[in-house]
Amino acid sequence: MDMHLSSNNGLAVESDAIELNESELRSAGLARERLVVVGNGMAGMKTVEELLAKAPGRFDITVFGAEPHPNYNRIMLSPVLAGEKTFDQIVLNSREWYDANGITLLTGEPVEGIDREGKTVVSQSGRVVPYDRLLIATGSMPFIIPVPGSTLPGVIGFRDLADVDAMLAAAAKGGRAVVIGGGLLGLEAANGLRVKGMEVTVVHLMPTLMERQLDPSAGMLLQRELERRGIEVLTGADTAEIVGNNQGGDGWVSAVRLKDGRELPADIVVMAVGIRPNMALGKAAGLECGRGIRVDDRMRTSDPSIYAVGECVEHRGVTWGLVAPLFEMAKVLAHDLAGGEGAAYTGSVTSTKLKVTGVDVFSAGDFSGGAGTEDIVFRDAARGVYKRLVLKDGKLLGAVLYGDTKDGAWYFSLLKDGADVSAERDTMIFGQGFGSADAGDPNAAIAALPDSAEICGCNGVCKGAIVKAITEKGLTSLDEVKAHTKASASCGGCSGTVERLLAVTLGDGFTAAPKVKPMCKCTHHTHDQVRAAIVGRGLKTMAEVFQAMEWTTPDGCASCRPALNYYLLCAWPGEYKDDYQSRYINERAHANIQKDGTYSVVPRMWGGLTNAAELRAIADVVDKFAIPTVKVTGGQRIDLFGVKKEDLPAVWADLNAAGMVSGHAYAKGLRTVKTCVGSEWCRFGTQDSTGLGVKLERMTWGTWTPHKVKLAVSGCPRNCAEATIKDLGVVCIDSGYELHVGGNGGLHVRACDLLVRVATEEEVLEYTGAFMQLYREEARYLERTAPWVERVGLDHIKAALVEDPERRRDLNARFLFSQTFSQDDPWAERAAKGVDRHEFNLLAEVG
Amino acid sequence: MENAAPETAISEIVWTEVGSIDDIPVLGSRVVRTPDGDIALFRTAADEVFALEDACPHKQGPLSQGIVHGRRVTCPLHSWVIELATGEAVAPDEGRTGHVPVRVEGRSVAIALAEAKLSRGGCRKACGHV
Repeated sequence: MDMHLSSNNGLAVESDAIELNESELRSAGLARERLVVVGNGMAGMKTVEELLAKAPGRFDITVFGAEPHPNYNRIMLSPVLAGEKTFDQIVLNSREWYDANGITLLTGEPVEGIDREGKTVVSQSGRVVPYDRLLIATGSMPFIIPVPGSTLPGVIGFRDLADVDAMLAAAAKGGRAVVIGGGLLGLEAANGLRVKGMEVTVVHLMPTLMERQLDPSAGMLLQRELERRGIEVLTGADTAEIVGNNQGGDGWVSAVRLKDGRELPADIVVMAVGIRPNMALGKAAGLECGRGIRVDDRMRTSDPSIYAVGECVEHRGVTWGLVAPLFEMAKVLAHDLAGGEGAAYTGSVTSTKLKVTGVDVFSAGDFSGGAGTEDIVFRDAARGVYKRLVLKDGKLLGAVLYGDTKDGAWYFSLLKDGADVSAERDTMIFGQGFGSADAGDPNAAIAALPDSAEICGCNGVCKGAIVKAITEKGLTSLDEVKAHTKASASCGGCSGTVERLLAVTLGDGFTAAPKVKPMCKCTHHTHDQVRAAIVGRGLKTMAEVFQAMEWTTPDGCASCRPALNYYLLCAWPGEYKDDYQSRYINERAHANIQKDGTYSVVPRMWGGLTNAAELRAIADVVDKFAIPTVKVTGGQRIDLFGVKKEDLPAVWADLNAAGMVSGHAYAKGLRTVKTCVGSEWCRFGTQDSTGLGVKLERMTWGTWTPHKVKLAVSGCPRNCAEATIKDLGVVCIDSGYELHVGGNGGLHVRACDLLVRVATEEEVLEYTGAFMQLYREEARYLERTAPWVERVGLDHIKAALVEDPERRRDLNARFLFSQTFSQDDPWAERAAKGVDRHEFNLLAEVG
Repeated sequence: MENAAPETAISEIVWTEVGSIDDIPVLGSRVVRTPDGDIALFRTAADEVFALEDACPHKQGPLSQGIVHGRRVTCPLHSWVIELATGEAVAPDEGRTGHVPVRVEGRSVAIALAEAKLSRGGCRKACGHV
């Protein structure tokens, strides 16, 4: 919990000499006890406020503060930085308040030591003040990561008003700021500096922003919004060094260097990676300390006369950095100090809210659940809303809200009270009150949208335009709305919303269109709709697809993730980064998993050709790794069965050394090109079928496709390579080549359809590339060419490839372009370069 | 951030450190080899860590090789879906694989092997586990 608040500041007072009388009175039971508070921050002062309310006049109170200000609301420093509030507006208690309550306030006067025997504290200026009870509320300090240059001038924490003043002074000069830390504080600092006109870069170690409070989906939305505001965000970025300006001789910070070598110019660096309990005073006094000053449930330290509250304490092994727990501690302590009994602090449930104007982010509780938890996810792409609730045993355990946080307080109270929410389970994601009058009516949220709300992101159609069209033109169906307004006419992502609008506008006059089969249970959209959205709306990450297409799960499932990964890879070659964890194991391990958990290995043999050196190398590998079974496959390759996973890289290294590469027998991609010997040896051969097979395999290997693809080339119509039951088969004839497509020899045998006859090998290659690309772009994930050709019809394929030479050339060009990113031997990368080493090694061996 | 704490502390729990959470890919898995068989450690998007016996209740497929989504993993052999927190198969499939308590302190991951509720190696303590 790295964040905010509280601590010490302080000021002036004059207590002193009068004490003898007082102490005599006290021993006689006639004078008040002396309470000394070290720390004029939110935790200490909350305790004092509560104490005054419960037992006014019980103590003689002296407060020390290190900062030269009265007590202020530290969590409002962000709005001060952003210029939305002034310091005066965030002062909690004025000096007059201290006077009126008889409190001696000593500001700008840090306490340096405690004499527990003599029961006195001594301040930096040498002032000694005796106590009967002492309260330590020294708060925390920014954690400064120990990299070279972290103490240079221009490196600022974000902790107190002095830090804010330093940032404002730097911002007045303009220039560049680098904020290290993409948590709550860092992002608030980044926003404030950006509002003040600086060029801001946030450097964050983890893959998503605010990962402690937000899940990856909400973190992604937040990142996009901050980027839209002109803040550069670098995630997964590790700071190596802060560089000073040596030329000017002043050593002022000039850049931040990352571990990957990037250097970010900086006029100031804000360090906001977290906080550390400020326990130095307690430690020096010999109080028991862990990560903070240890306290019991009554906020007592190991010395019965000394208490501690706030961010400086460790309670039940936990330290806190949010305002709510500090206030809860303060209440318990005040009760105790006031002579009450039975109060105990037992820990807190917390919520956080990002204080960046116009960005609504809320998170509460625990979404690192455990056994038996379930997620309810709601996404509204039109409004930019993401909500996720985590439930367990009928109770709310955690909540993450982005874009619409108005129900945050409600969720938080349900969560804190441990209320049974089973009855509201189905509707609570829509917010408070939804469950009562409008129970079960998902149209209410749509009815509540303003007319200006954009419904269709592709075509920019707002609610008002759709409602107007429905009423004025008498539209009654989704298709009619599509035709008249273009809403949901592109990707269809908003079709559900448009249907709800029809229902709201027409009442009983609307009957929904029959449902189409969605991709999986995570979405109500079809493969084709999702794909159209990826291309049409430029969605380039899986997280963006989840949000835009309103996924109902936080990170998809084993069915949709591999599909989305493929669609993104196909749509954005060279741009989209393959998502390793969204691939089936065979494509992660680059081998085929077998029923006993071992793997099979198939080296590539171009066009089915091999030679003595390759066969010898294979034989050696079989001996060396005691591979139990060697078999020739239906695709004219050699398959080595029973290889242990940890042996795979070594097996590949040996095969690579003999010139062999991965045969991709595991891939949703090009598997094999089967050939017969053709005119080189066969007395019937009409063309060089083996040579053409090698050329085809060299061109198409390494591609990713919706499902596996097998090619074949037969040297004459006797068709020994069985080319007419392949995804694409070439049959050589005297006058050239016949191209057959959409065949399959598997579960449902389907003979190919004849696509075209061509005269040259060049044409065969161009048609093949174009066919592969059409299949890549149009077929659904896990749809082989045979059902695809049946679904779209041969005429559709002919229209694209045969009747439209320009389109054929474009398709082939796109195929060849995408191939430039995929023709690296995955075995060599893993065997020699150590790629994905974790995949093949144990995490540990124990016992 | 402590997941899957054992329901009862029979005696002092012995935790065995097995590595850093950073060694397990997000939405991925790594294997720890033990005398009682392989244990698969999973890391979710929310950085929770769970440990299961690396064997699907269906046909002992290595769950460590599956795809992790939410708090579940899909077995690579026949696509059974297993709850990471309990080892239980998601309906309509029925069955349960053994689970092992995990502790994450800072970045360091430890498992409590003696507390494990393994089905293949047999339960090592009479834990009353169903």
